[in-house]
Amino acid sequence: MQTQEQVVPIRTPESSFDDEVVTVIAKDGSTGPADPKLPVEQVVDFYEAMVRTRTIDVQLERLQRQGRIGFHIGSLGEEACILGSAAAMRPQDWIFPCYREFGALLYRGMPLQTYVDNMYGNADDPVKGRQMPDHYTGRAFRFGSVSSPIGTQMTQAVGFAWAAQKKGTDEVTSVYFGEGATSSAEFHTGMNFAGVMKAPVVFLCRNNRWAISVPSEKQTASKTFADKGVAYGVPAVRVDGNDVLATYKVVRECVERAARGEGPALVEMLTYRVGGHSTSDDPRAYRVQDEVEQWRRTDPVVRLRRHLETLGAWDDAREEELTKGTEAELKACIAAAEAKPKPALGTIFDGVFAERPWHLEEQAAELLNGPRAKDHH
Amino acid sequence: MPEMNLVQAVNDALRIAMREDDDVVVLGEDVGKVGGVFRVTQGLFDEFGEDRVIDTPLSEGGIIGTAIGMALYGMKPVPEIQFADFIFPAFDQIVSEAAKYRYRSGGEYTCPMVIRTPVGGGIRGGHYHSQSPESLFIHTAGLKVVCPSNPYDAKGLLTAAIKDPDPVLFFEPKRVYRAVKMDVPEGDLELPLGKAKVVREGEDVTVIAWGAMLFEALASAEEVEADGLSCEVLDLRTLWPVDIDTIASSVKKTGRVVIVHEAPKACGFGAELLSMVTEKCFVHLEAPPVRVTGFDTPFPYTLEMEYLPLQHRITPALRETVAYEP
Ligand SMILES: Cc1ncc(C[n+]2csc(CCOP(=O)(O)OP(=O)(O)O)c2C)c(N)n1
Repeated sequence: MQTQEQVVPIRTPESSFDDEVVTVIAKDGSTGPADPKLPVEQVVDFYEAMVRTRTIDVQLERLQRQGRIGFHIGSLGEEACILGSAAAMRPQDWIFPCYREFGALLYRGMPLQTYVDNMYGNADDPVKGRQMPDHYTGRAFRFGSVSSPIGTQMTQAVGFAWAAQKKGTDEVTSVYFGEGATSSAEFHTGMNFAGVMKAPVVFLCRNNRWAISVPSEKQTASKTFADKGVAYGVPAVRVDGNDVLATYKVVRECVERAARGEGPALVEMLTYRVGGHSTSDDPRAYRVQDEVEQWRRTDPVVRLRRHLETLGAWDDAREEELTKGTEAELKACIAAAEAKPKPALGTIFDGVFAERPWHLEEQAAELLNGPRAKDHH
Repeated sequence: MPEMNLVQAVNDALRIAMREDDDVVVLGEDVGKVGGVFRVTQGLFDEFGEDRVIDTPLSEGGIIGTAIGMALYGMKPVPEIQFADFIFPAFDQIVSEAAKYRYRSGGEYTCPMVIRTPVGGGIRGGHYHSQSPESLFIHTAGLKVVCPSNPYDAKGLLTAAIKDPDPVLFFEPKRVYRAVKMDVPEGDLELPLGKAKVVREGEDVTVIAWGAMLFEALASAEEVEADGLSCEVLDLRTLWPVDIDTIASSVKKTGRVVIVHEAPKACGFGAELLSMVTEKCFVHLEAPPVRVTGFDTPFPYTLEMEYLPLQHRITPALRETVAYEP
């Protein structure tokens, strides 16, 4: 045994990340050495975005249960990692979303009405009801386009980042995905290409512990997801994803490195999917409530609020005003969205190509002269 | 006889196959503890354990590639792809590998496996939870393709597919999953692959359909019966190899054919069926064959019921075909 070990040095890979998780906000609301020391208004801005995101989440879930929208996929419990990372992207940077990042899209400036129209797939939906709810697109906000197939956005983000670099811009691209998606071929190919090309891309892995019913330990035999950076020569870091300041700090550094030409980075953001996978899922079928309760105790919103209270920058009155205000704004958007018609029948045939070829003209004519045309304005 | 829906019928077929043959294993995303996102594999994990009902990492290429490896070794994997829309990361493994192993290895290696996956729209699934990609696999030599329309056929055909020596794609119409209940025999039930079923006999026009669209075709057949039109409705059940004898004898009798499918028209399976009908029944045709299909666009969300070839589009096609005069 001894000699064999010397001749063939097979090593079990040791995790270099095991106990290393960047954290800023302590339990009592004080901050540690990695504090980005942002102006207090900016921290308040983060908090407001997180609460707003959560408030919208809760309402949309309710709306789905009432049968008024078809689907919602939310970010309950993941607000800090989504908003902290989105806020760390500079205005010129780009975001390639997974499907849980509507909070980031709103933070980037998409009007709430537009998002709600998209949830309803009505005539004012920018994509004319072609996609499911929460499959938004926002180029004007330097935000990509959601598709359901897991993983596809990762290689695309690498190519996008690479193109921006070739054009000589100072633009970094970030890409979101769940830890489940690290099992997809696109993750490995994307990391490999990014490493080889030194593309200015930041991989944002939301490790929320669950891929629908599959726990994270069934996705990988690696000790951490950050470990995966090693194989591709991509620098990696683990951060407490329920700590918005830590997430901001870490992602910001990755963005700045990438902007300096130092290449890609992988950020593993440790968080927890407090809700079901989506409104189609009932997590009670596969996980114990205890676990959820345990994570609720690390709630990112509560945590940031404690910090703001230590700064004297937040109180119940402001909280109430924010929640009530968001609810009222959302309610108005919903009422408006519900009053809008469906997209016109012919829109089915738009956007397949830049121009409609003859066969789509023919099919459009068939539909528009068909028995249902009169039911549609 | 117990009543079952399609979910229960598939579950029953899997359970029986797993009890009879230790080599049958189920693998896929969420198929284990929770029993699949549609609960088709529910209870199998408890009965057969995690060695035979395997929650895999999130990779369809991995699921099918490893299933192929197990099949090559001599096991009988029944991988699940959560939605047919997500089969494409495994497309290379299915098309380049599973379909060609027997041929390229002179029969030294074979891939007896059944890839189960839900297909079809009408469930508010948008682009990526609604598609019907059957023609891509029919086009690939070396794959059998099955799509039952009801619980009875689902049980019998899945049983046959699991016993088949070659790779089978088993498409489950998700819109039918819980919508149809019927008597399904307990215990063994096997229906031969490659046999269509004449679901309704008629004289004036043949309607060819499968999966969820069968019910739309039947509804239209009933609707036009009031006008005195007599429709023969075929449920293909196995799409490939297709039961050309049943199709040809029906079309020779009626002289008219309407083909219905959810997938887009261009290069959909209807195109092949139409060619075959023309080749085999040319002199018997009294009207041009007609296709009623999904449009040549991605599958839309809000307007999905306008996109699908439902009763409201099939009925006029039947009337026009029968009224056709050269
Ligand atoms: C290629 C592909 N396979 C399967 C699915 C079905 N599916 C949707 S989300 C999901 C789990 C994703 O988990 P993870 O990547 O961890 O992200 P999370 O949902 O936890 O944010 C699965 C299996 C899919 N959308 N795409």
